[in-house]
Amino acid sequence: MNGRPLVDVRHLKKYFKTPKGMLHAVDDVSFSIDRGETLGLVGESGCGKSTLGRAMIRLLDASGGEVWFDGEDIMKYSDAAMKAMRKRVQIVFQDPYSCLNPRLSVAELIAEPLIVNKIFRTRPEMNARIKELMDTVGLAERLFGVYPHELDGGRRQRIGIARSLALKPEFIVLDEPVSALDVCIQAQILNLLNNLKKEFGYTYVFISHNLSVVKHVSDRIAVMYLGKMVELAGSRTIFQDPLHPYTQALLSAIPLPKVDAVRDRIILEGDVPSPIEPPEGCRFAGRCRHRQERCRTQTPELREIDPGHAVACHFARNLVQGEVKK
Amino acid sequence: MQTATTATKKRRNGVGEVLHRIGKSPMAVAGLVILAVIFFLAVFADVIAPVHYAKQNLMHAFEPPSAQFWLGTDEFGRDILSRIIYGARISLMVGFISVGIAMCVGGVLGAVAGYYGGRTDNLIMRAMDILLSIPSILLAIAIAASLGPGLFNLMIAVGIAAIPQYARIVRGSVLSIRGQEFVEAARAVGSSDARIIFKHILPNCMAPIIVQGTLGVATAILVAAGLSFIGLGTQPPIPEWGAMLSGGRSYIRDYPYMTLFPGIAIMLTILALNFVGDGLRDALDPKLKR
Repeated sequence: MNGRPLVDVRHLKKYFKTPKGMLHAVDDVSFSIDRGETLGLVGESGCGKSTLGRAMIRLLDASGGEVWFDGEDIMKYSDAAMKAMRKRVQIVFQDPYSCLNPRLSVAELIAEPLIVNKIFRTRPEMNARIKELMDTVGLAERLFGVYPHELDGGRRQRIGIARSLALKPEFIVLDEPVSALDVCIQAQILNLLNNLKKEFGYTYVFISHNLSVVKHVSDRIAVMYLGKMVELAGSRTIFQDPLHPYTQALLSAIPLPKVDAVRDRIILEGDVPSPIEPPEGCRFAGRCRHRQERCRTQTPELREIDPGHAVACHFARNLVQGEVKK
Repeated sequence: MQTATTATKKRRNGVGEVLHRIGKSPMAVAGLVILAVIFFLAVFADVIAPVHYAKQNLMHAFEPPSAQFWLGTDEFGRDILSRIIYGARISLMVGFISVGIAMCVGGVLGAVAGYYGGRTDNLIMRAMDILLSIPSILLAIAIAASLGPGLFNLMIAVGIAAIPQYARIVRGSVLSIRGQEFVEAARAVGSSDARIIFKHILPNCMAPIIVQGTLGVATAILVAAGLSFIGLGTQPPIPEWGAMLSGGRSYIRDYPYMTLFPGIAIMLTILALNFVGDGLRDALDPKLKR
C-alpha cells in the first residue's frame, strides 16, 4: 500500500537436527506481505508450510534469516520485546481438538491472552470483552462456562479464532484453520475469517493443502515444495498461468465438479525425496518432466518472470505444457 | 460470578464421575470405608480414646485384652487401644505430609526437567537417579540419622527419600503433554513458562500423580514405622505405630498382643490405601472409560 510491506521474510531457514542429518524444513525462503493482504501458502504435507508459518512468528526459532515486521527485524528481538510483539502477530491452529486445553472453559480459554498480557484491570471489564469476542466469532453467550469437549469442531475453532483476535493483532497466521473440519463448517469458518478481515483489516497468511480453499481466500498464492518456495503469484495468475512444473501438476490434481470434464492430468512419478540433507540443484528435479542436466546441479532462484509473478525454475517461460523451447 | 458457579459445577461433575467409577470397584469402596474410619478415629481421638495415650497405670501393666482394656496394656499399663487411636493421627500425618513434601519438590523438579529438557533435564534426572540407586529405606535412615530423631525430621526424611519417584512420574507426564498443540497455543499468546507449566501442563497430568501419591502414603507410613521401629522416628511417649511395635518387641514371646495390634493397624491402613490407589488408577485411566 504505502510501499513498505507489513511483513518481509528474507532468507528464512529452519533446519531440524535428526540422527540422519539436518532436515531442511524451510530452506532460504523470501517473500513479503502487504498490509491487508492474504497470502495463501500451499504445498503437500511435510513441505514445510506450517514450519514456515511458525518460524515467521517465532513460535519456532529459525535457523537463519530475517523477518521484518513493520520495519523491524523481529528475529533480533529479545524475549521481552517478543512478548510485546505477540500482541501484534497471532496464529490460529489446525487442530481445534488439540489446541485447546481441555481443563479450561471457553471463557478461560479466551481470557488467557487478556490475562497474560494484563489488558484489563477488573474482571467485569474482561468478561465484557470476552463476550464481545464470542459475539464477533459467532459463539453464543450461553457457551461462556462450557468446556471444549462439549463443543463440535467448528465451535472449537471459533474459540481458537477468538483467542487470536483477543489482543487485536495486525497479522494472523492461519495454519490450516479449516482442514480438520467438515465441509459445511469449513465454509462457515472461511466466511467468518473473510468478514473479520473486511471489518478489522487483518493481514493473513493462510496455510493450506487445499487449493480450492486457498483460491477462495487469497490475494496471492505461494507454492512450496520440500522447504522451498517454487512459485509466487496473484491467486488468479497462479490458476490461469502456472509456470512451475510442480504448480502445474498440483493444479491438474484439483477435482473438477463436472462428469465429462476432459483435461491433461499431469501424473508425477516417484515420491517426494527426503528433506534430510537435500542435494544441490532443483528439489523437484527428480520428478520433473522437463528436467535438464542443469536442474541437477544448479539450484534455481525464485525470480520474477512477469511483474508480481515469481518462479523458481530455470526454464519457467520456456515451458509450454510438455515442451522445452530451446 | 456466573463463570465461577458453572466452573465449580463442572469440576464437581469430573470428581463425581471418578467417584462413580470408584464405586464400581468393591475393593476400592472397602478401602475408602476403612480409611474413613481411620481418619475419623484420628481426628476425634481425644473423644474416642478411652484414656490418654500417655496415661500410665502400673497396676495394670501387661494385661491381656479385657473388657476394661479392649486390646490390653503395655509394660507401663498404658491402654493399647488408646495408643493405637492416637497413633493413627501420627501415622496419617507422617504419611500425608511426607508425601506432600515429596510431591511438591519432586513435582517441580520433574516438571522443570520435562519442560526444559536438554541439559537441565539431564542434570536433574541424573541427580534423581543417584537418589534412586540408594534403597529408599536406607536413604531415609541416613537422613533421619543425620537430622536426629523426631516427628518433624521423620517426615522430612521419608519425604526426601520419595522425591525421585515423583520427579520421574511428573517428568514423564510433562513430556507427553508438552508436545501438545495447546501448549504451543499458550506460548503464542505470550504465556510465561511458569504459567504454561502450572496452568496448562500440570493440571493435565494429575491422574498418575494422584495415584502414585495415594500409594505413596502407604509406603511412607511403612517407612516411617520402620524408622520409628529402629528408634530414629518419633520419641516416647508419642504413640507411633512403628514405635509401638518396637516397644513390644522385647515382650513378643509373653505378650504378643503388644505387637500384634499395632501391626494390624499398620496393615489395615496400608491395605486400605493400596485398594484406594488401585481403584483411583482404574477410575482415572481414560482407556478404561466405558
